[in-house]
Amino acid sequence: MRTLLSSLLLMLAALPAWANLNIFATVPEWGALAREIGGDKVRVYTATTAFQDPHRIEAKPSLLAQARQAQLVVAAGADLEIGWLPLVQRDAGNPMIQSGRPGYFEAAAYVNRLEVPTVLDRAHGDVHAAGNPHTHLDPRNVLKVGEALTARMSELEAANAAVYQANFKTFSGKWQAAIKRWEQEAAPLRGVAVLVHHASFVYLANWLGLKEVGTLEPKPGIEPTSGHLSELLARQQTMPAKMVLRAAYQQDGPSQWIAGKTGMPAIMLPYTVGGSAEAKDLTGLFDDTVQRLLKGLR
Amino acid sequence: MQKKFAMAALLAASCGAQAADADLAAIRSQIDEMKKSYEQRIAALEQKLAQAEAKSAPAAVAAAPSSLAAGAVASPSSAGAANGFNPEVSLILQGQYKNMKNIPERSIGGFVPAGTEGLNNRGFSTDETELVLAANIDPYWRGQAIVAMIDGSAEIEEAWAQSLAIGNGIGLKLGRFRSGIGYLNEQHPHARDFADAPLMYQAMFGDSYTQDGVQLKWLAPTPLFLELGAEFGRGANYPGTDRNKNGTGGAALFAHVGGDVGISNDWRAGISWLKTAAQERESGFMDINGLAAKGAFSGDSTTWLADFVWKWAPNGNPKYQNFKFQSEYFVRQEKGNLNCSSEDAASTCASVQESNYRTRQSGWYAQGVYQFAPEWRAGLRYEQLDSGSRDFGANAANLQVDGYRPKKTSAMVDYSWSEFSRVRLQVAQDKSMPGLTDNQLTVQYIMSLGAHGAHKF
Repeated sequence: MRTLLSSLLLMLAALPAWANLNIFATVPEWGALAREIGGDKVRVYTATTAFQDPHRIEAKPSLLAQARQAQLVVAAGADLEIGWLPLVQRDAGNPMIQSGRPGYFEAAAYVNRLEVPTVLDRAHGDVHAAGNPHTHLDPRNVLKVGEALTARMSELEAANAAVYQANFKTFSGKWQAAIKRWEQEAAPLRGVAVLVHHASFVYLANWLGLKEVGTLEPKPGIEPTSGHLSELLARQQTMPAKMVLRAAYQQDGPSQWIAGKTGMPAIMLPYTVGGSAEAKDLTGLFDDTVQRLLKGLR
Repeated sequence: MQKKFAMAALLAASCGAQAADADLAAIRSQIDEMKKSYEQRIAALEQKLAQAEAKSAPAAVAAAPSSLAAGAVASPSSAGAANGFNPEVSLILQGQYKNMKNIPERSIGGFVPAGTEGLNNRGFSTDETELVLAANIDPYWRGQAIVAMIDGSAEIEEAWAQSLAIGNGIGLKLGRFRSGIGYLNEQHPHARDFADAPLMYQAMFGDSYTQDGVQLKWLAPTPLFLELGAEFGRGANYPGTDRNKNGTGGAALFAHVGGDVGISNDWRAGISWLKTAAQERESGFMDINGLAAKGAFSGDSTTWLADFVWKWAPNGNPKYQNFKFQSEYFVRQEKGNLNCSSEDAASTCASVQESNYRTRQSGWYAQGVYQFAPEWRAGLRYEQLDSGSRDFGANAANLQVDGYRPKKTSAMVDYSWSEFSRVRLQVAQDKSMPGLTDNQLTVQYIMSLGAHGAHKF
């Protein structure tokens, strides 16, 4: 009993000081952005990794424990985390992170979302009412979200506002230069037809001018079936794709199958920070994504 | 649209004078979100308009109003629901086909029947259709009601309000709710991994324990998940009975700990205590000559539960492959007295006999479920109960006291087309009744439509 008590006390002592803003990011990309803005003035906990489907996560005990102490939840939004985040928000006993409060931030609210369905019907699969939630793969969106997140973090932790704004200014400068560079490098990708495993790359395609001609999933959230893959294969005659893309967390079987049948390269994209050895941070994520796509073209 | 926005800003400005800083910030962020949402709607409408213009002129005239409506519906603010202020609605459809022996008064050997419904339903049947309504009530409360409907009756399965704004890790629930004791107790039948509740839950509560009352939970501010809970309520459900009295009729305490082991493993363990009181709780017995008799128990029940869950998924990504192990143990003590009575003049209980009553009974189950492909899962469950000690005092001379160790083994395979539909095949060898082996086959479907369900751990 005494050891239990003393270990509990130790754990309490190990908690970070309240001077730093405690951020709970649902996905690695927004966790990384919060780190760019916050620097050493924030503690960022990232709930998922690049190898986890952010849609399929459960309200695990560890997530509840982390959300309990968070001052700011940074979510992708647009229903990406609908299966688990509302449960975590409600059961964490933390009023700061409830929807509608400053401690709840949704990235998707600050960008123009694509694929907003005109009809909400699950006959079309697990569609998101607010549009495609994978907004971060357009670096211009990262900038928009960054601006809003800086404002939000400054509001929550006024004492560090100047630091956040300065950090974001530096990041934004670097980022704008990087966008120019990526756009130049990726110029050959304009108009290239691609197949994708899941509609995870809509914003990337929109930015680089890739032409998405089909998804391996017959409907969003439903695993590829052999019938649907054969259909895609048949369509290759009329609408030939140059490569097939999947995210690090998606299984490679279906894209390898298509690649094997057609000879097109199957490209694994890191999708988010941590998805490949090169994608250590946001810049690395886009560097690597562009390089991998260009490699597919050769 | 601009007018609306201006009004909102005015409103915000006038309220701002009295509002606290936090409120101001909240309003600002709401306005910000509104602005974004309107910009998005305008963009969507412009896009629609462009598309409509591209078509022939008459078509464009017809298309414009409908696409206007569609555009407005299509871009709900990401913070709210598509239905505006309407609650999230979902409906659970369940049904089954069952093959098993015909045993009209199915019960678990050595245990008092806890009132499990539909135990002898054979052939095709529709299970309860569950209607779930949930929404935030205001910034401080969230509410949820679950109505279970079957054959001319609608039962309020749950109806509670949950606090959102207390803070310090405190959660308060008021109303009718599934008690937080054990692991399986809070799960609705449609979320379970097998077609029926474990024998342990059937013997303890009939199926699961629901309380009318208050639940208070506290989540510790530690990286390790530690949750403590207390419940006070009416305690009207088995093993308690409804009693007309002031004060508390039943109470429960529970503690849960949990966490991650590496990136691929998660666990939770818990211990719970439930105290209920019964007054004239009637159940069927056999008298010493094998004639039907009734026993009415008055006294206290104390139930202890221990639960453990372990989940594994490669890289913590449960989509393609995952494994879940869960096990629970219970022990229950009942103390009080028992009245035996019978309508049969030949029975030893023909005149009411009262005696002491003391029992101590236990049981456990363990199960593993493996998802080996995105759509497929297979599972195995073994369970065993022990009728333990049953001291009927003087009534031991009037009633049959049977000791037994019920056992059951179940295996299941299920297939899910999507997150929202599942069909399951289950076979079981049920030795829960003395001298009987019942081989059971169940085919079951579970469908959920409407609002996206929650992925509870």
